[in-house]
Amino acid sequence: MKASLFITCFNDTLFPETGQATVRLLERLGVEVDFPREQTCCGQMHFNSGYADETVPLVRRFVSVFADSEVVVAPSASCVGMVRDYYTDVAERSGDEALKEEVRAIQPRVLELSEFLVDRLGVEDVGAYFPHQVTYHPTCHSLRILHVGDRPLRLLRAVAGIDLVELPEAEECCGFGGTFAVKNADTSMAMLTDKVRAVLDTGAQVCTAGDNSCLMHIGGALSRQRAGVRAMHMAEILASTDEVRP
Amino acid sequence: MDRGRAAMSAPTSLPVAGSRTPGPREPFPDAARRALADEQLRHNIGHATKTIREKRARVVGELPDWEALCEAGRAIKERVLRHLDDYLVELETSVQRAGGHVHWARDADEANRVVGDLVAAHGAEEVVKVKSITTEETQLNEALAERGIHCWETDLAQLIIQLGEDSPSHILVPAIHRNRAEIRELFMRTLDEAPDDLSDDPRALAEVARRHLRRKFLAAKVGISGANFAVAETGTVSVVESEGNGRMCTSLPEVLISVMGIEKLIPRWQDFEVYLQTLPRSSTAERMNPYTSLWTGVAPEDGPREFHLVLVDNGRTNVLADVVGRQALNCIRCSACLNVCPVYERTGGHAYGSVYPGPIGAILTPMLEGIDRAGSLPYASSLCGACYAVCPVKIDIPRVLVHLRHLEVEHTAREGGLRARLGPERVAMRVMAGVFGSRRRYEAAQRAARLGQWPLAHGGRIQRLPGMLAGWTTMRDLRPVPAESFREWWRRRSEPGEVG
Repeated sequence: MKASLFITCFNDTLFPETGQATVRLLERLGVEVDFPREQTCCGQMHFNSGYADETVPLVRRFVSVFADSEVVVAPSASCVGMVRDYYTDVAERSGDEALKEEVRAIQPRVLELSEFLVDRLGVEDVGAYFPHQVTYHPTCHSLRILHVGDRPLRLLRAVAGIDLVELPEAEECCGFGGTFAVKNADTSMAMLTDKVRAVLDTGAQVCTAGDNSCLMHIGGALSRQRAGVRAMHMAEILASTDEVRP
Repeated sequence: MDRGRAAMSAPTSLPVAGSRTPGPREPFPDAARRALADEQLRHNIGHATKTIREKRARVVGELPDWEALCEAGRAIKERVLRHLDDYLVELETSVQRAGGHVHWARDADEANRVVGDLVAAHGAEEVVKVKSITTEETQLNEALAERGIHCWETDLAQLIIQLGEDSPSHILVPAIHRNRAEIRELFMRTLDEAPDDLSDDPRALAEVARRHLRRKFLAAKVGISGANFAVAETGTVSVVESEGNGRMCTSLPEVLISVMGIEKLIPRWQDFEVYLQTLPRSSTAERMNPYTSLWTGVAPEDGPREFHLVLVDNGRTNVLADVVGRQALNCIRCSACLNVCPVYERTGGHAYGSVYPGPIGAILTPMLEGIDRAGSLPYASSLCGACYAVCPVKIDIPRVLVHLRHLEVEHTAREGGLRARLGPERVAMRVMAGVFGSRRRYEAAQRAARLGQWPLAHGGRIQRLPGMLAGWTTMRDLRPVPAESFREWWRRRSEPGEVG
């Protein structure tokens, strides 16, 4: 199977290791991965911050960059949510019938990583080995926009050596919310405090999720507190094997 | 309002800018900062919302057709909004046929004038009122007071708010921010009926209120209510409540005046089937609320001799004109969205500065009053979507929030003057849009970010950011931009020998 990687601007710039892990994982599972170089940003930050007009060209860019892709996979639920849920609104706003049609055509082909693995490849055991205690934070957009359900957990449970511990109040937002974390910094911090307390209560060494944006938020607090807990994208756990590399 | 619930909460006192207060209200982040510093408020609202959240999930889980009920609730309201003009006229005819009078009010002042004139015509100086958010919105009590008419709140929590000269902080549980020790103190201070040895036991507190209210019910010539629903087909008006005090107001006085937002219509009697299942479960997390009062005009030898229905617009037709935002008029005021909102749970209701707090308030208030008066409210959300997931009439609150942010940005660009147009966020967003518009600019920006961060990064961490990003590093580190982007790695890997 062929798949185009939509890395997202956030992962590309700040979390290249997540992209590398995604490529390793997909190739290990026999997927032929390509990376359309012209891709930049899906436009979520502009759209959610109120800059709708600035979003339109980014939507045009996305649909044209990935026009020929059979399937587009991204290690980010929130960027996939933007494409699948909000691109309709942006296209509507543009008043451009051709764009509306292009958006309609591409939306069902854009998948979040766990959706692609479980639904398209039909795998849950990806052959990973990760001998650590891990807690999983279901990000808001994976849960309530994409409705990925327990797909990520099914993938994680199948990892050899993993000790998966349940996160209390897991479905509560961590308080990131894009520019919310800056515009409403105090409220965001109050939410983050509770999320970090829940993570620490599990005793896990690693907090994982399907979105690096939320993980940057949670991980930023864990780092500041010198909590000794790492935030790590799910793709990196699923890409890990017991192979000892020279 | 549940008696037990009124008594388990905590104190705070933040000012509320009502709908009649001119000028923009305090920005949400500022009001929230103050509320967040109140530990007692945080603890009590957190506890109360968590309790009701869990209880709601249980009673909703009992219904196998919950999704279908919510979809029906949404569809009925959508039909109402599409044919609102016809249904309103039908309602007017039905109410008149049943012996009632109908009054139309364009805004809060008109509504208050109608009510004030009716009360004055009956020579009443005191009236009793059922808990009603619409009359909070129009600030009816204050308007009546200006005419020398005292309006007694009869919902226990609303009475607590009134006696304390406070303002509601929750749609359903207005005194959620007050604890019972404070309520005891308040009753001792303000009610003659309070004995010297009054305890803070909820039952003892309720008993004092009961004795106080009973006297008011029996003396009042005029009762005022809001309306949860009004049936166009029959002219029946309905109030859904927990205490029975509402029923006292609607059945004992000679004259009953109901003040209702024009969107509270339902077309047919049978539509109750949907809402009387979804509303109690979503609001008090009960299968059925204790008192559902329904009245149709006036009846000989029973109940009020005179019935008036005041239909209030007060900005609702503006909401209706907004294609994306009009779904906010589906709202049946259950407050489930408040109880699941991680922002509301931490700031409480007063920070919103509106009679409609929480997620529904964050969309309704800017639409009712204008984006210029409440421009910070659409940003008072992390867009987590918990509100949409529980809404029994399926209002896509995150989508409307984002839509209102677009309106806010456009409004500021139009009206904000040069300073607003050249604000750091706006400039940054424009620059970023340009960067993302071309691969070359984007890749150059990645390299620039890596170079530009050197004064900030120390020991593999960024612990302090400048300007508008400083809020981030108050309690979070930021990882520096890594030496190699993903695309540089990809290029190195797929085109060995070539330098990115």
